[in-house]
Amino acid sequence: MSIALATDHGSPTELGLDQSPLAVRGMTVSYGQKPAVFSVDMTVAEGAMTAIIGPNGAGKSTLLKAALGVISPLAGRATVYGKALKGQRHRIAYVPQRASVDWDFPTRVIDVVQMGLYRELGLLKRVRAKHVAKAMACLDRVGMTDFADRQIGQLSGGQQQRVFLARALAQGADLYLLDEPFAGVDAATEKAIISVLKSLKDEGKTVVAVHHDLATVAEYFDRVFLINTRKVAEGPVATTFTAEHLNAAYGGRLAMAQIDQLDLAAG
Amino acid sequence: MSGAEFVPLSLTPLLIGVFAAIACALPGNFLLLRRQALIGDAISHVVLPGIVVAFLLTGAVSAWPMMLGAAGASLIAVGMIEAIRRLGKIEPGAAMGVTFTAMFAAGVLLLEQTDTSSVHLDVEHALYGNLESLIWLDAIGWESLTDPVALAGLPEELPRIFLTLLGVAAFIWLFWRPLKISTFDPSFAQAVGVSTGVIGLALVVVAAVAAVAAFDAVGSIIVIAMFICPPAAARLMTNRLEVQIAWSVVFAALSAVLGYVLAGYGPIWVGSNHAVSAAGMIATISGLILAVAAMFAPCRTRSGAPVG
Repeated sequence: MSIALATDHGSPTELGLDQSPLAVRGMTVSYGQKPAVFSVDMTVAEGAMTAIIGPNGAGKSTLLKAALGVISPLAGRATVYGKALKGQRHRIAYVPQRASVDWDFPTRVIDVVQMGLYRELGLLKRVRAKHVAKAMACLDRVGMTDFADRQIGQLSGGQQQRVFLARALAQGADLYLLDEPFAGVDAATEKAIISVLKSLKDEGKTVVAVHHDLATVAEYFDRVFLINTRKVAEGPVATTFTAEHLNAAYGGRLAMAQIDQLDLAAG
Repeated sequence: MSGAEFVPLSLTPLLIGVFAAIACALPGNFLLLRRQALIGDAISHVVLPGIVVAFLLTGAVSAWPMMLGAAGASLIAVGMIEAIRRLGKIEPGAAMGVTFTAMFAAGVLLLEQTDTSSVHLDVEHALYGNLESLIWLDAIGWESLTDPVALAGLPEELPRIFLTLLGVAAFIWLFWRPLKISTFDPSFAQAVGVSTGVIGLALVVVAAVAAVAAFDAVGSIIVIAMFICPPAAARLMTNRLEVQIAWSVVFAALSAVLGYVLAGYGPIWVGSNHAVSAAGMIATISGLILAVAAMFAPCRTRSGAPVG
């Protein structure tokens, strides 16, 4: 397995910065007096699926946004495949939280997917048949071709999430960053999304998702990154997704009974 | 009505009204979708102190210094709104409210304290403009449109608002994709490399330029109405941004033409011999169009609401 290669010999920081799809160092973000993310290091393993987990308000989304330059950090830096973010944006696809946009916006499903072609189309390049075909192929991958001409507000939450995923696919990236892709979606959508993400992994792409359902971590992901403002732990699910680390990340908020039900690594 | 009467007296005010309405409605579409529609209101109020200061400095009612003063004031206002919003950590609407009422009040105070009795610079002018006075006395009929001598006598507001409209349209055409993406999904826009802060600021500056140019010709009542009413009515007609923009242009032009004609002839038709303010009537018509759209337009239900 590709992840084993990266972590055979202990701590994930041994991964070279020059190889990691996304390496974050000393990231600190504050929205007011209190830091939301404090001095966090993260090294994403290439070709793996990583879950970022932690309690509400732990800074999971903030960490992603700061790494992407969506919000500006107080301190810290991120490199993408060993280089500064600026020249590497074409290699990243980003799926923001579904609730972060106004779904009443006057636009159709196909238009949203075509937004994923922005780097290709630039300001004025004409949308040609091949661009439309590409967008339709991405919609097909998430099972939404029948909805191409619908106004986005007419979709269910799960369908909206699939459209966001199709837009990310249209970006044709190597690294996929998703913010709570399973939040508020139906079971069929969750299955569809995870199957697309696994197929991306099979193509050698790297996937990082902010995730909140601890019960599915072991089933869906190879690696976990636990955070509660500060980094708690990162590594393969098999060795890092332990009761000890969960307690450290969630504090007393996670009852032992809940932890017992999880498919945890022996810690 | 014959060309000999229409061309000198009505053609230029009509064109200026239509161009001003469209120049404000175009950026209004994006401001509306960004929940920033109030900024048109704010800009049209804050330009008053800018105009008065420009008048005090130059001592003359001339267009360019006043437009510069107005543009300067609107930039200061945009800066103040941003500063209050960030430092005070309050919502943008409140920051705008504080800024534009304070600056408008300062403008009125400045006006009252200075001797403006000899010049046509007063609050009424600021509110209603003087669309009716923008006539083309050198024209004698349709044939004047090809007569260079007559064309030289066109009211200078006409080329100015026309150029402004071209500039606004060019901005929206050129930056259509980043404007659309950053209005719909700012996080995603930032992630694909759109400078959302620069685009947002550019939109507000373009809106300010349109407002100042329109304000000079037609007054703030029309500016405020055109930033909001045509785009809002257009949003109710369609679920596609491209089509919404087209509808907003139609509604803006319709408001300007209908409003101008009704202001001039409406009172006569109902037996009064006093024409009413064209600016006021244009704004009223745009409001009526919005009211009709709100009652009958096809896309009234919030599509985000669960279906059946």
